[in-house]
Amino acid sequence: MNDTAAATFDTSQVLWEERVPGGAHWSGLLRRGNTLRVTDSEGGANVSMLFYNYEDKLERYNMADTLKGQHTAYLTKGNVCYSDMGRVLCSISEDTCGWHDTIGGVSNAGLVRRKYGQACYQEYRNEFYRNGFDSLVNELGKFGLGKRDLVANLNLFSKVSVDNDGNMQFREGNSRAGDLIDLRFEMNTLVVLSTCQHPLDKAPKYAPMAIDLTAWRSGTAGPDDPCRNSCAENQRAFTNTERMFA
Amino acid sequence: MRSELTESTLAVKDACFREVVAAGEPFMKEIKKGQMLRILDLEGNQAVDTLFYSARDPQERYDANNTIHEQGNIYLTTGTILRSNESRPMLTIIADTCGRHDTLGGACSAESNTVRYALEKRHMHSCRDSFLMALSEWDNGMDKRDLSSNINFFMNVPVTPEGGLTFEDGISEAGRYVEMRADMDVIVLISNCPQLNNPCNAYNPTPVEVLVWES
Repeated sequence: MNDTAAATFDTSQVLWEERVPGGAHWSGLLRRGNTLRVTDSEGGANVSMLFYNYEDKLERYNMADTLKGQHTAYLTKGNVCYSDMGRVLCSISEDTCGWHDTIGGVSNAGLVRRKYGQACYQEYRNEFYRNGFDSLVNELGKFGLGKRDLVANLNLFSKVSVDNDGNMQFREGNSRAGDLIDLRFEMNTLVVLSTCQHPLDKAPKYAPMAIDLTAWRSGTAGPDDPCRNSCAENQRAFTNTERMFA
Repeated sequence: MRSELTESTLAVKDACFREVVAAGEPFMKEIKKGQMLRILDLEGNQAVDTLFYSARDPQERYDANNTIHEQGNIYLTTGTILRSNESRPMLTIIADTCGRHDTLGGACSAESNTVRYALEKRHMHSCRDSFLMALSEWDNGMDKRDLSSNINFFMNVPVTPEGGLTFEDGISEAGRYVEMRADMDVIVLISNCPQLNNPCNAYNPTPVEVLVWES
């Protein structure tokens, strides 16, 4: 864990807590004004994650709008996640890790088989090998969504840097046990996630790591909020968001 | 820049299809497996927002993440295999006289213009408006759900080792082109970008030409 102490919060505001094992998939509703703390419990976790407006799931996280609005290729504290409609789905109010990947995408069945071999349910029961693409499609299906809706995703706790020639480099050891990120939801949001390994993870073994989820009542971003004020683009995106809830 | 420029072996006189697409217009067409598709930057520094779908099952479509993580590089150029969300090859870039193309910058929209420039910019024309009109006219049930991360041919969006991302002046010039061979039957959807607020088109959107050759 980094030296920066994560902002603490009033534990009486906790709504629920849940552990998600490595290689699993999860989905749920996070309402406007609530924060989801995602903790890398053991170090080296990867969380492939997508966001959809819960009331109109055609509105969803947009990687390109998020990056070009904030002139960044990765996300950390002070950044926000834009929808394709120019609004803020959630803002990153705390982060001890420092770099969350936005460009690597998800693993798929072929990639997992190529890297780790095959482990079917019949033989391995719930230790069987899963992959990010099928996991996200599985959760999306519960809400009437599918492959068409699986857009470019976030990979929490993973770092992929790019050199001057465009070569992508997966950085091992980016996240340590106890590192965490707080996602403060500014809209009622369907969160869909998979804890499968990053597609560029160099580890030779199938070893996805567990995460802990904690949701609490935090309120939305105030007028002096650092995420709102980190750039003029974010201020305008918050204006668009607040108009919808006016 | 990582690539050397690669010229095509195809002669323009042998093309079976040629059409000029004006700035601000969409273009949609089926390209058969084995056919060659060229996009020609007629006047230089023009961004050409492009998506591909499997003609057999449009739920299978171009996937920016699979394309870049499979080749381990974020820029597209000669040799790049454009992969689908099922990670299958859709097209292969076989010639490129520009050098590299973007697939992280996405397509402009009314809503993203409000965020990036000013709330009053909502009413300017945008790529996602062109995409939606083209999908509506194609009339096979495709809609906004089918607008995933696109390619921006000729557009220059460098990412720095520190993780910065900016839209820079184009690296294309009049007469430069990119050419692809279809590895499956695909539908190509293009928006010839009308953006006036950033240097992706040198603030002056211009026409491009689409050419197709038989295999």
